Amino acid sequence: MPFMSLKFNLQKRVKLAQGLWMLYWFTVIVGIVLFSLGIFFKIELRKRSEIMDNSESHLVPNLLILVGMVSCSLNAFGGKVCHESLDPQKFSKMKPMLKSYMLLCCGFNALLLLLVLLCFFMQLAVYLTLAEGLKNAIRFYKDTDTPGRCFMKRTLDMTQIEFRCCGNNNFRDWFEVQWISNRYLDMSNDVVKDRVLSNVEGKYLMDSVPFSCCNPGSPRPCIQHHLTNNSAHYDYDHRTEELNIWSRGCREAVFSYYSSIMNAIGALIIFSIVLEGMDTAGLKYLSTALETMADPENPECESEGWLLEKGFKETLADMFSKMKIGGRATQVEEGGDSPAPAT
Amino acid sequence: MAVLKMKFTQQRRVRLAQGLWLLSWLAVTCGAFIFSLGVYIKIELLRRDEVMENKEIHCVPNLLMMVGLASIGANWVASRVCQDSLDASRFPRWKVLLLLWFAVAALLCCLLLTVVILSYALQGRLEESLKVGLRNGIRFYKDTDVPGRCFQKETIDRLQMEFRCCGNNNFKDWFEVQWVSNRYLDFTSQEVKDRIRSNVDGRYLLDGVPFSCCNPASPRPCLQRHLTDSRAHYNYEYQSEELNLYSRGCRQALTDYYMSLMNSTGPGVLSVILIQISVLLSMRYLQTAVEGAMALESPEGESEGYILEKGVKETYADMKAKAVELLKFAQVDPASDGEGGEEGEKEADATEKAATPTPAS
Repeated sequence: MPFMSLKFNLQKRVKLAQGLWMLYWFTVIVGIVLFSLGIFFKIELRKRSEIMDNSESHLVPNLLILVGMVSCSLNAFGGKVCHESLDPQKFSKMKPMLKSYMLLCCGFNALLLLLVLLCFFMQLAVYLTLAEGLKNAIRFYKDTDTPGRCFMKRTLDMTQIEFRCCGNNNFRDWFEVQWISNRYLDMSNDVVKDRVLSNVEGKYLMDSVPFSCCNPGSPRPCIQHHLTNNSAHYDYDHRTEELNIWSRGCREAVFSYYSSIMNAIGALIIFSIVLEGMDTAGLKYLSTALETMADPENPECESEGWLLEKGFKETLADMFSKMKIGGRATQVEEGGDSPAPAT
Repeated sequence: MAVLKMKFTQQRRVRLAQGLWLLSWLAVTCGAFIFSLGVYIKIELLRRDEVMENKEIHCVPNLLMMVGLASIGANWVASRVCQDSLDASRFPRWKVLLLLWFAVAALLCCLLLTVVILSYALQGRLEESLKVGLRNGIRFYKDTDVPGRCFQKETIDRLQMEFRCCGNNNFKDWFEVQWVSNRYLDFTSQEVKDRIRSNVDGRYLLDGVPFSCCNPASPRPCLQRHLTDSRAHYNYEYQSEELNLYSRGCRQALTDYYMSLMNSTGPGVLSVILIQISVLLSMRYLQTAVEGAMALESPEGESEGYILEKGVKETYADMKAKAVELLKFAQVDPASDGEGGEEGEKEADATEKAATPTPAS
């Protein structure tokens, strides 16, 4: 009792082949889109690798690039098969390859499913890398003369301007580090000496933020220094002031950007899985319809197409029994070696 | 003596029609490209509308959009003509339209050339417009509570950050205006009172710039206030400090940006002109060859195609004569109806005389 069988006459077979050909080429286009999304994501990660400590994982974009290329080639081959299916000579040449091709497609679908899960779970890794990277970036902001870190200031400033954020969690992260290099501090000045002596580690800490935290939408020229001191500025209350500097933290802002990219990629991969499933099912119908033609010489005859030759449960039982026999055969071989020399 | 005569067999005519059909569809895509180019440039100009005083430069993208649309229409008509050209029953209805088509196609080429010239010629006007617009923007920077100007501050700040520029010509433009609103000045403070009294207009001027002038590539945290005072900051030399703020003026930055935008489209527009001219010439060849073939006894035979039927000077003289005739006809007609009637009678006599000899034979 075949699983989900359908009757096909010549017209239906031709329609199926044509529709399937178009669906395969549409899936090729989706594969190209996946490939370019992978490249885009890789470039975006590279652009900001400095605030992620250069330790971000490129697993998802690399896999995406690979999957895009494999999808293109597999589906192009599928399209070719459909194109040649209605010519009996060419089809009979292709027949032996079809079974392994369909198994390959199923395996590819499983890989796509794995990639979807990765897309959603790797977001946690990105979040943790960002948190660590931003903390270090803020610490090394002042080291513009240290090789390897001299562009940290520019990168962090551009990130804060672009993503409209300030600090790691919020702007107070800047109060806890010395972000002005000692080269620009007049150590003979009393004010400077007081500040440096006021904490254990001898750091020059202030309640100020860099200029890149300033919000252009504020009606007032930006207040960067003495942020917690209301009397330092005319008509200023630091508890109610909202528009002066960006209130969001950069970890939050950058993470939501990457998270939205990864969610979009995940959604596209799910769509691609559905397409691949439809492709494989259609190809199975087409190949069984062409194989079960009662009279191969007469193209007009009717035939039947199905997804599985026997019912669903019977096919599963078959597969299990085959695996058991396969297992037992290897066991018998091993056991059978020893009695043979005795006889 | 026809200009650039070529012989066309039936096969060559068919090839010409097919090639021209493909070329005209290529020209349609070129027209779409020109249109989208115009749209893009217009959007870029509109985005910075607030710092431009007049809209003269907008004629470049407007012209591009018009020419793009007209080019799409004209080349689509050309492809239809090609499809009908090999069918002797359908081709004659295009005859009158073709004359109009040639005029339109020539006009489109001229307009595209004008656009290229305009985009270079209007650079001075663009700079003027930007100069006035930016000056106003800097003057109204502090007016965040005045309706109609409350977003000037944000516009100027974002402009300076995006184009990496400061002020109109350079950062010193900020020293000449009061860019801090009176709402945030403590008038009881001695320092504020001194500064206000120090100039005739009673403005609070300082040697400081807004934060958006700061250059992130500077190794030092940004210095915004007391820029001309080398002693106000440790290890700071006003004359030799280069990286602290952006050194370029916004007028220069914006002009460079728009000029590079329009210059980079120059080669594209020139190649579209070339394609349009080749469509025009091929269409002329096709028209003359097909008309020549239709006039032959055997339509499948050879015919001649040319650009102009007679030489250039003769065609010009012909056209002049036709134009003069049209003008004369228009002038003589209302003045002498009687004379025209006499001439008409004479002509009628002549035709009667020509008709009567037949009974004698």
